[in-house]
Amino acid sequence: MPEQFLWAMEVMLNGLMAGVLYALVALGFVLIFKASGVFNYAQGVMALFAAMTLVGLQKGQVPFAHLINTIFGTDVHKFGWELAPWLAILLTAGVMVLFAWLVQRFILQHLVNQPDIILFMATIGLAYFMEGFADLMWGADIKTLDIGLPQGVNAWIDETTFNLFGYGFFIDNLDIAATIVAALLVVALVLFSQYTKQGRAMRAVADDHQAALSVGISLRFIWVMVWSVAGFVALVAGIMWGAKSGVQFSLSLIALKALPVLMLGGFTSIPGAIVGGLIIGVGEKLFEFLVGPYIGGATENWFAYVLALIFLVFRPQGLFGEKIIERV
Amino acid sequence: MTDVAKDIASNETLLEVNNIEVIYNHVILVLKGVSLSVPKGGITALLGGNGAGKSTTLKAISALLHSERGEVTKGTITYRGEDISGQSPASLVRRGIIQVMEGRHVFEHLTVEENLLTGAYTRRDGRGAIAADLEMVYGYFPRLKERRRSQAGYTSGGEQQMLAIGRALMSRPETILLDEPSMGLAPQLVEEIFTIVRNLNEKEGATFLLAEQNTNVALRYAHYGYILENGRVVMDGPADDLRENPDVKEFYLGMSEEGRKSFRDVRSYRRRKRWLA
Repeated sequence: MPEQFLWAMEVMLNGLMAGVLYALVALGFVLIFKASGVFNYAQGVMALFAAMTLVGLQKGQVPFAHLINTIFGTDVHKFGWELAPWLAILLTAGVMVLFAWLVQRFILQHLVNQPDIILFMATIGLAYFMEGFADLMWGADIKTLDIGLPQGVNAWIDETTFNLFGYGFFIDNLDIAATIVAALLVVALVLFSQYTKQGRAMRAVADDHQAALSVGISLRFIWVMVWSVAGFVALVAGIMWGAKSGVQFSLSLIALKALPVLMLGGFTSIPGAIVGGLIIGVGEKLFEFLVGPYIGGATENWFAYVLALIFLVFRPQGLFGEKIIERV
Repeated sequence: MTDVAKDIASNETLLEVNNIEVIYNHVILVLKGVSLSVPKGGITALLGGNGAGKSTTLKAISALLHSERGEVTKGTITYRGEDISGQSPASLVRRGIIQVMEGRHVFEHLTVEENLLTGAYTRRDGRGAIAADLEMVYGYFPRLKERRRSQAGYTSGGEQQMLAIGRALMSRPETILLDEPSMGLAPQLVEEIFTIVRNLNEKEGATFLLAEQNTNVALRYAHYGYILENGRVVMDGPADDLRENPDVKEFYLGMSEEGRKSFRDVRSYRRRKRWLA
């Protein structure tokens, strides 16, 4: 088999894995957008915040250490314990639920019935507030996130492909783990929204706020629930990205990568977020590999957006966007 | 007044609205002191033209006003003698008061059956009881059973109205506030829906307060009627009396003293008289 083809295969596989991570972020957007019609700009920062909180809790960092030390003239930084990864994840999930409640109580509740653009602006404000708040709480330094996920090249794939084709594929264990986790998460979300009472209520709210109110569904509760779920998705995305490239400010920018994914897959579709993520992931890696060398590389920065733009022109609702039901 | 209507009038009063005033957006006064009472087991009709305040009255009762920037600024609403103003829609549904909104408002992307199940959201009495009520609703609306797996958005207007009523029934309500059930439906379907309302009233003992522009149909099925104009109750009485009232005949049923109006009369039709101008 020609080497060029094998390389392309490898690039494509890596693209799929990267796509899964994009999809994870896009998923958080879709959940909130479906249930409350809010485009949550803060989704990326939520991932950053979740990852920072996870690292902070796990390493036993004292929250607001800088603030405390400045005011009281103390010098505390660590509690001196280390939490087990699962416990830290559980506590962080709890923090994200608390965060969801705070957002509902202090922002969304006051903006009921306001135009979408106002809500969008509010989430931009929220994003920058959270960013600063996260720095204040856990410090702005780059942190490494290690919860025991497998890292490095997958030896089995490397060997098998080497024996088959005479060329070993380089696939990162972490990417494989991310794919499995993402798949589980999606299955869980679909089961939840299709087959549980609260999931049904969530879809009902997405369809018609007024009617949902009239049958006794509490919008506040549903919103807290949806933001909690989105917070949890952000935590998972934060863990995967954080483990890959460290927990730092640039983590919040993955939200921008989720935008083309959403345009491609549709803002209201969970499967759309997944498929859109995969297409973008594979597309940008393959494009960089095949076309990049001819046009000077760095195509990954813009390829996704151009692809999304082309999609917008031909299919504005995205690949899987909810069909707008109109009876004639 | 028929015997049935008399019996019902002597029943205990479930819902009592006392002199309420409703203001939208802090400035627009929509209800200017509406009072009415709904006896248990009766069908009470709120009649009147566009903008008379029928829907607003229902929404004031079911607490759906808040999400439309409306507010009850004066008066009280009591249910079984307890003040219910300031309650959330959810707690009212749990008390047994549910509204079927004007324009159906089904959940378009949910299936017919899922729509019905959302009606049981506030219930805590277990899957068995809910499944039994689902069959009860299908018994009243066989058409819904045929279409249980289709997306509600693709069903016809009549089916959606049935679905909206069925969904409300799933909450096991004591009182159903029904807003404009005849809207946009063919006359035959309107009769079908009202017949079901009467059946539900007689067999399940459900109490109805319905807002309706179609005075003719509403007065044939209701026991008691209130006529609203400009945010005020201008007349009320047993449905049979209202149907015989010459003013109601002329303004709401489209009949003049001599019986049916002919084209000749239309030309010289005088300006609409108001009870309170």
